[in-house]
Amino acid sequence: MKQSRPVYLDLLRIRQPLPAMISLMHRISGVLLFLAIPLLLTALQESLASPARFNILQQSSEFKLALFFLCAAYAYHFFAGLRFLLLDLHWGTALKFARLTSWAVLGATLLSILLLGAWLW
Amino acid sequence: MVKRAITGAHYGVRDWLAQRLSAVIMLVYSIALLAYVVTHQPMDYTLWHGLFQHDVVRFFTLLFALSLFVHTWVGVRDVLMDYVHATGLRLALQAATIAALVIYTMWTISLLWGAR
Repeated sequence: MKQSRPVYLDLLRIRQPLPAMISLMHRISGVLLFLAIPLLLTALQESLASPARFNILQQSSEFKLALFFLCAAYAYHFFAGLRFLLLDLHWGTALKFARLTSWAVLGATLLSILLLGAWLW
Repeated sequence: MVKRAITGAHYGVRDWLAQRLSAVIMLVYSIALLAYVVTHQPMDYTLWHGLFQHDVVRFFTLLFALSLFVHTWVGVRDVLMDYVHATGLRLALQAATIAALVIYTMWTISLLWGAR
């Protein structure tokens, strides 16, 4: 076997194409969302407990920040997931189009985050 | 012959389909809830609490939660299969994930129907 072939296992040197990054970030955001489920359930429980506790939650800046990050991760996972559903239907599988929809996922996520931030603060 | 580990893959299209079906359910619920919140500003306790007093809303919220937990299971299991190669550790992490999701399911039911 030829031993001199280049093997790039240095993760910082491997430059993945955008659709691969979309897939990887979909995975990372998914794991983060899984870890956030107890926070989500606690928030829902507090918001429904009583008017006083609803107000505490609504006025808490920590809650706002947590809600922001939760919704940001959800928005990304949502749009990237929607793209995968469309790929499953064989929609947008051509390389050029797949790259375009990858940018669309980033654009839609960024827009959602900006709107969310403007609404929260 | 294919070697099968207890925490390995033998579930093909069924889990794949469950992942997609649960995604579509969550997609529809998310848009509906977002539309409600956006069209009912400013949101206060009376509106928010009133929304979850309807059994239809509770049912669809539970359906969303169950979809989320099924979706989470398939996703986390895939991640564990890809990155955790020690069978014992993977089994422990998968068991912990299932236990957490069962607890979340009971928690969701009790918080939706428990509080009045």
